[in-house]
Amino acid sequence: MALDSKIPAGPLGEKWTKHKGEIPLVSPANKRLIDVIVVGTGLAGSSAAASLAEMGYNVKAFCFQDSPRRAHSIAAQGGINAAKNYQNDGDSVYRLFYDTIKGGDYRSREANVHRLAEVSRNIIDQCVAQGVPFARDYGGLLDNRSFGGVQVSRTFYAKGQTGQQLLLGAYSALNRQIAKGRVKMYARHEMQELVIVDGKARGIIAKNLVTGEFERHSAHAVLLCTGGYGNVFFLSTNAMGSNVTAAWKAHRKGAYMANPCFTQIHPTCIPVSGENQSKLTLMSESLRNDGRIWVPAKKEDAEAIRAGKLHPNDIAEENRDYYLERRYPAFGNLVPRDVASRAAKERCDAGYGVNKTGEAVYLDFAAAIMRYGAEEAHVKGVNNPSDAEIKALGEKVVEAKYGNLFQMYEKITASNPYKEPMKIYPAVHYTMGGLWVDYNLMTTIPGCFALGEANFSDHGANRLGASALMQGLADGYFVAPYTVGEFLSKDIRTGKISTDSPEFEAAEQAVRERTEKFINNNGTKSVDHFHKRLGKIMWNEVGMARNEKGLKQAIADIQALREEFYADVRVLGSANGMNPELDKAGRVADLIELGELMAKDALERNESCGGHFREEYQSEEGEALRDDKNFAFVSAWEFTGVPAEAKLHKEELTFENVELKTRSYK
Amino acid sequence: MDLTLKIWRQAGPEAKGEMKTYPISGVEEDMSFLEMLDYLNEQLIDQGIEPVVFDHDCREGICGMCSLFINGEAHGPGRKITTCQLHMREFKSGDTIYIEPFRAKAFPIIKDLMVDRSAFDRIQRAGGFISVNTSGNTIDANAIPVPKENADKAFDAATCIGCGACVATCKNSSAMLFASAKISQFSLLPQGQPEAKERVLNMVHQMDLEGFGNCTNTGACEVECPKGISLENIARMNRDYLFASLSSNK
Repeated sequence: MALDSKIPAGPLGEKWTKHKGEIPLVSPANKRLIDVIVVGTGLAGSSAAASLAEMGYNVKAFCFQDSPRRAHSIAAQGGINAAKNYQNDGDSVYRLFYDTIKGGDYRSREANVHRLAEVSRNIIDQCVAQGVPFARDYGGLLDNRSFGGVQVSRTFYAKGQTGQQLLLGAYSALNRQIAKGRVKMYARHEMQELVIVDGKARGIIAKNLVTGEFERHSAHAVLLCTGGYGNVFFLSTNAMGSNVTAAWKAHRKGAYMANPCFTQIHPTCIPVSGENQSKLTLMSESLRNDGRIWVPAKKEDAEAIRAGKLHPNDIAEENRDYYLERRYPAFGNLVPRDVASRAAKERCDAGYGVNKTGEAVYLDFAAAIMRYGAEEAHVKGVNNPSDAEIKALGEKVVEAKYGNLFQMYEKITASNPYKEPMKIYPAVHYTMGGLWVDYNLMTTIPGCFALGEANFSDHGANRLGASALMQGLADGYFVAPYTVGEFLSKDIRTGKISTDSPEFEAAEQAVRERTEKFINNNGTKSVDHFHKRLGKIMWNEVGMARNEKGLKQAIADIQALREEFYADVRVLGSANGMNPELDKAGRVADLIELGELMAKDALERNESCGGHFREEYQSEEGEALRDDKNFAFVSAWEFTGVPAEAKLHKEELTFENVELKTRSYK
Repeated sequence: MDLTLKIWRQAGPEAKGEMKTYPISGVEEDMSFLEMLDYLNEQLIDQGIEPVVFDHDCREGICGMCSLFINGEAHGPGRKITTCQLHMREFKSGDTIYIEPFRAKAFPIIKDLMVDRSAFDRIQRAGGFISVNTSGNTIDANAIPVPKENADKAFDAATCIGCGACVATCKNSSAMLFASAKISQFSLLPQGQPEAKERVLNMVHQMDLEGFGNCTNTGACEVECPKGISLENIARMNRDYLFASLSSNK
C-alpha cells in the first residue's frame, strides 16, 4: 500500500483553513446515528471525546485507570506552548512552526506542524474559558516562561502542574458530556483488540478490569489516544500502567508504526538509586530556566565526591565545568533535550559523574537564588542586604516558581535543593514515534485514528519542551473532531454496527485464548522479571547512543527473551475477576514485540538525528550527523508476523518552506 | 531492613476480609513504599501466593490513584505526600506496619487494598465544569484580567488530586474538602460566576446522595491532604451554598 499523507494543496499558512472548509459536514440528525469509540482519556482522549460528543456524535470513552482524570498527561509539569506573543518578544505562528521543525531535526511534516502552531493560540483561549488557573502576573494577565530550544518566552504554565490543570480542564469538559449522557464512560476498562469489519475499524474488544469480563463495543470509528510506549525501557517517567497494547494491536491488524526508534531521553530526571526502583521522576525542564548544569572540571574532584569525601558546595567556581554553557554559548542551559542528554552522558562516560553510580550531574540554583534575592532586596528597598538576607529573599522567589518540584525532589532523595545542587540524569520520557497517520490523523486502517503521543506526526526526531500538551489538546479539541468528518460522512446510512458478526467473534476468541495461555502457563518467573530484562536490553543498546553491532545483538536478545517469556512467565490467580498481574502480562508481551521493532528501525536509520544517535554518525566534536540526502523520510513499518521482519514503507518528507540546516545551538 | 507487614486481604467486594501477616527482609531505605510492596509481591509470586492488589499509577504524587491507610494514617506518616512518595527511610528495621484500604461507605472495596472512588467522578459530573463548548472561538485569553491573588488561590484549590485521603481520614467520611476544592476554584474565577449557584447546590446534593458524611470541622482532612488543600475552601463552599440556597431562582 502506498502511503498517502493527504496533505492539502496550497500555501502552508492556508492549508488547514482551506481543508477544514472542505471537509464534508455530517448533519446533526445524522451525527446521532454515528458512534465513535475513544480509547484513552489523557489530554488527547478527553478533549476529543468531549468535543465529538458536543458536536453530536455518540461517544464511548475508555480508560484503564479508575477515573479518566488520572491519565498520565496529569504528570506533565512545565507548561504548554502557544504563539500568543503576549511578551512582545517577536513570537509568531511561523516562529513556533519553525522552532518545532528545527527542534525535531527536520523529520516532521511541515503541514502538520504549521497547523499545530496555528491552533496553539486557540488552546490557551479555550483553557482559560474553562477555568484553567494558569499563572498570572501582578497585572492579572497570563505569565510565560522559556523552554529549551527556543529564544522566546511562549510557555504558559500552572506552577509545575500544568499537565494536571489542563487535564482537569479537559476532564471537566468530558464530565459535562457524560452528565448529559452524550459520552458513556468506561473506566477500569482496557482495549485488548481492534475489530476490523470490511477493512474498516468498527470496534474493540475491551476487558473490564474489575470483573475480568470481555466486552464487545462497536462504533463507526475508533480513536486511539493511548499515549506513548516509554515503558518498553521498564524505567521511565511514564506511569506504571502506561502501555503500547492498543496501538500495537492496531499495528498487528494493519496500522503502520512510524519512526518507532525516535525516543526522547529527558535530561533532567532524578538519577536511578537502586535495583528495586520501579520508575523515574522527572524534574521539569522549566528548571533549566534558572538552574545551571555542571560537573567538576577535575576528575579527582568527581572521584572525591563519589567517595563522599567532598561536597559540591566546596568546589570553587573556577573548578566547575558548566559544560552546556561551554559547548553551546548561544542557548546555554536551554539547549533542546536530546542535546542536553547526550552532553550529560558524554561527561559521565568520561568519568565526571557525581553520584555513587557515576551517572549524575548537578543542576544548581545557587546563582539564581542570589540573583533573584538581589532583585527582591532592591524592590523591597532593603539597603546593603547581607548575603544571608539576599539568599533568604531569593529562596522565596525560587519557591514560588518551582516549590512543588523542589519538594518532590526532597521527598525522593532526602536532599534539600535550596541548600545543595540537585543531582540529575537523563531518563526515558516521551516517544516521538507512534502510529503513522495522514493529515486527518487517520492510520493506515480506515476508520482508525491516532491522536496525541500515540501518533508520530508533529515532533519529528525530537520534541521540544511544552509541546506535548500543545499537541495532545490540538489533536483532541481542534483537529480530529473535524477531520473524522471525512471518513464518517460516508457512514450516515450504515446504521448501527452489529457486535454479533464473525469478526467480533474471532477477535474476542483470540483475546480469550491469549488470556488462557498466560493463566495456564505454569512458568517460574514473574512478569516484572521479564519486563526488567527487556528494559535493560533497550536502555543499553537502543537508548541514548546506538550502534550497528549493539542493535543487532538487541534484536537477537529480545527474540530470545520473547520465547522465554511465553515459555516461562508465571501468572497466578484466575482469568475471572480482577487480576492485575494478568493485565500486566498482556502489556509486557506487546512491549517485547515493540522493542524488537524499535531496534530494527534504529538499525535501518543510518544517520544521527534528534533523539536517535548512532555512534557511527557523529562529527569529531561528537555532534549528531544527519543525512538528509538518504534519510529525510518517515519510516512506516508494516507488520508481517515477526517484528524484525516488518516491511518498510517510506514517506518522503518535502520541505517547501524551511531550509534544511545543520541544527546548531552554539 | 526487616519488617513485619500486616495487610488487609479481601478476595472481592462481597468476600470477608482479614489482616494477614507477611514478614519481609532485605527492604532498602531508598525504596518507595509502593516499591516495597512490589518487592513483597515478587516474593509472594515465587511462593505461589497471589500478589496484593493495590491502586497505583504515576508514582510521582500527582495522579491520585494510590491510596492506603498506613499505620492508621492516610498515605502513611509524613505530610503533603502520597503513598508513592513515602520512602522506607521513614521506617526502621523491626517495625510492624499495618496496611489497610481507605475505608468509607462511599468507597466500597474492590479487592484487597483497592477501593472504588467513582463517587468522586459523579460529584464532578454534577457541576464541576464551566459550560463552554470546545470550539476554541472564545474570547482572547487575556481579555479578562484576573487578580493574581484570586488566580493563585484558584490554582491552590485546583491542585486537588482526588485521592480520597480526606474522606478516609475523616471520622464522618466527609467529602467536603474534595467538593469544596473544585467549587472554590471556579468560585474564585470570573469564568465560574454564571453557574456558581447551580454548581454549589448540585455538587453538594450529589455528595449527599453518594453517602458521604457531613463536616464537623475537625480539620483532619487538611492535615492528611497530600496537596495541602486548605479548610478555607470548605468555609467558602458553605458561604456559597448558603447564599445560593437563599437566592437561587430554583
